[in-house]
Amino acid sequence: MAVSVSETTSTVMNNVEAVRATLHDALKSDPRVLIMGEDVGPRGNVFLITKGFLDEFGPQRILDTPLAEASIIGIAVGMAMEGLRPIAEIQFADFIYPAFNQIVGEAAKTRYRSHGDFTCPLVIRTPYGGGVRGSLSHSVSIEALFYHVPGLKIVAPSTPADMKGLLNAAIDDPDPVIYLEHKKTYRLIKGEVPGGHYVVPIGKAAVRKEGHQLTVVSYGLNVHQALEAANQLDAEESLKIEVIDLRSIRPMDKQTILESVRKTRKLLIVHEDNKFGGVGAEISAMVAEEALFDLDAPIARLCGPDVPAMGYALPLEEAFMISTERMKQRMREMVKF
Amino acid sequence: MSTTITMPQLGESVTEGTVAQWLKSVGDSVEKYEAFVEVSTDKVNAEVPSPATGVLRQILVKEGETVPTGTPIAIIEDVAAAGAPAPSAPEPARTTPPARPAPPAAPVLTTNGAARSAGAQTTTPSGAVISSASVHASPAVRKLAREHSVVIAAIRGTGQNGRVTAEDILAHVRQRGFTPVPEGLGAMPYVSEAFHAPTQVAGAGAPAAPAAPAAHGAAAMYANPQFGQTIPLTSVRKIIAERMVESKRTAPHAWSMVEVDVTNVWKWRAREKDAFLQQTGYPLTLLPFMLSAVVEAIRQNPLLNAKWTAEGIHVNAEISLGVAIGLETNLVVPVIRNADRLSIKGLAIAAGELIEKARRNRLSVDDLQGGTFTVNNVGANGSVASAPIINGGQAGIVTMETVVKRPVVTKDDAIAIRSMMNVCLSLDHRVIDGLIASRFLNAVKAQLEAMGPAGTL
Repeated sequence: MAVSVSETTSTVMNNVEAVRATLHDALKSDPRVLIMGEDVGPRGNVFLITKGFLDEFGPQRILDTPLAEASIIGIAVGMAMEGLRPIAEIQFADFIYPAFNQIVGEAAKTRYRSHGDFTCPLVIRTPYGGGVRGSLSHSVSIEALFYHVPGLKIVAPSTPADMKGLLNAAIDDPDPVIYLEHKKTYRLIKGEVPGGHYVVPIGKAAVRKEGHQLTVVSYGLNVHQALEAANQLDAEESLKIEVIDLRSIRPMDKQTILESVRKTRKLLIVHEDNKFGGVGAEISAMVAEEALFDLDAPIARLCGPDVPAMGYALPLEEAFMISTERMKQRMREMVKF
Repeated sequence: MSTTITMPQLGESVTEGTVAQWLKSVGDSVEKYEAFVEVSTDKVNAEVPSPATGVLRQILVKEGETVPTGTPIAIIEDVAAAGAPAPSAPEPARTTPPARPAPPAAPVLTTNGAARSAGAQTTTPSGAVISSASVHASPAVRKLAREHSVVIAAIRGTGQNGRVTAEDILAHVRQRGFTPVPEGLGAMPYVSEAFHAPTQVAGAGAPAAPAAPAAHGAAAMYANPQFGQTIPLTSVRKIIAERMVESKRTAPHAWSMVEVDVTNVWKWRAREKDAFLQQTGYPLTLLPFMLSAVVEAIRQNPLLNAKWTAEGIHVNAEISLGVAIGLETNLVVPVIRNADRLSIKGLAIAAGELIEKARRNRLSVDDLQGGTFTVNNVGANGSVASAPIINGGQAGIVTMETVVKRPVVTKDDAIAIRSMMNVCLSLDHRVIDGLIASRFLNAVKAQLEAMGPAGTL
């Protein structure tokens, strides 16, 4: 697997390659950057994202940790407060719960508690999401659990170019950023990645397809499906659906969402995470507060079911994941409403 | 069980109706409230909604035939029985009304035989027809309707279950080509606009409405007359002619006029109009102020609300004002019932609704009957004096002429520039003499001149 070194020309990569290349560039260019987590050393991460990094950058900067997520984050918080730029990896998002106290109780509050004397420039990378037969412990979406907490930023890039731009932005950010990588997109999604260092600003959504009949807001894997659904409906039924890739879950790009909804007057939110109390609930409330009188249809959410976990059996997994066909059907209904 | 459908009575004095077009064939299923036949009378064309859900088993009156109201015209077999074999056909009984004629639901009317209201109801994938009345207007639709002074109920929805969508409102606005602005002097700004011709002619020529092409051709010719051409008479034109002649022949018309200083009421209107449009969605014109003044003047002079009959002069119990609306090819006079129970604001909304409905050819029979006195806003067309013909069966008709600024000698002998409006009255001299007429006109004048910015709408 090639590792890009600050090229100026763009390269086609998949999402895994984009994360790997960006981490590599960061380690190269900034001596404060270090990576820590389970199996990031000789194993080179379970998705081979850090393969070879230990040899290249040494054990001072590629830290293999015990299976102790609270310690990973707790140590990383201390490093970040003292001036390093740790990139802490939680091997699967499903394992983040032991670190909840360190993330919510410490990292998120450092700047506030110290009255700005300390900040916590910490990046927490973690693969999330289902669709890979990951079952109970390798499929979860965790964004809503942290979404509620002021002091945390959460990004969920969906394309290789954004993987790079948002990871750079997260590393540069003076406060803690949870960086979510949908594991099903890792090798599924390929795209051009510009060379050189650049950032995609945190808090800025992207309009992936323009349309005037319906706004669809999504993030992660679902963006690609929503885009496919919208393109098919455009080609087959001439429906003009606007698809917004949220990219940053918190802070939310209210402006882009509101501009779109004011144009299309209809909003469908799609996310794999459970519906109840999910990210879509906040977007929905925001739009109801800011743009009620522009709405020509009830806001709709297409989300994962309220069940404790994704089952292993294929029918159970399929029942949890939102199919492109279901998206098409819901979009069609919304346009026709 | 089957339901016998009879020729509905489409107006007070209407005694017969013509089957213009069957919208369903024998064997077709019919949903309750679904239009299944188009009926024309001397005043209006109407789609008759089905009183029951079932299958159209028999058609008893052919297209083009005219039968007395109450005559059975079709038999609809109820859903439960629809699967059973067809009963033996009863003889068409043209003259014997059934023991219990099914009460027809309120027909949807078109005032000049224009387009059918196919869009008002939508067939769902399952085939059920759902009335648009059951769907609420979304916030966006309400907002757009307010901004563009559109009456939502007058629009045919293209959304799910016939829902009026935001796009429907915008399409409607694009079609009519302008947004009514409450700036104009005319009390009925929509009415004299040229867009009526395209609306009605285009509607009449739409593929869904092939009925009575000759009449539509005549309407189109009337809207765009050519020199040297003879325009065939539409049924509406015939009715108008008959009624005008009838009124002029039977009621000896006398005429009188007063000048009214509307400077203050005009200022009041100007102060309220923007908020009013925002609040109600209707433009605030001078018309509701005039209607209010007329109501009060009638209260003081009940004979203006009377009717000449062979038995005597009948003073109507209700004060219901007809509002004459000139359309491009015909004239309609919808009625604000019990106008004396409405505030100026209520009158403005009631008039706004009727004008919008007239413009959309959506007036119902109820909208057109029961008038006891008529107000005609000829000023919208720039007239300064006119001698209107009384609406048959009423004692008089009053006009509002154009508001013009004129130098006026005031009570204290100063000369001031005032906004002046003439109010003309034609009266049935059998019912009223000049004294009452003058009292009435002066009461209207006094009411209007007493109104000012301090008032409450």
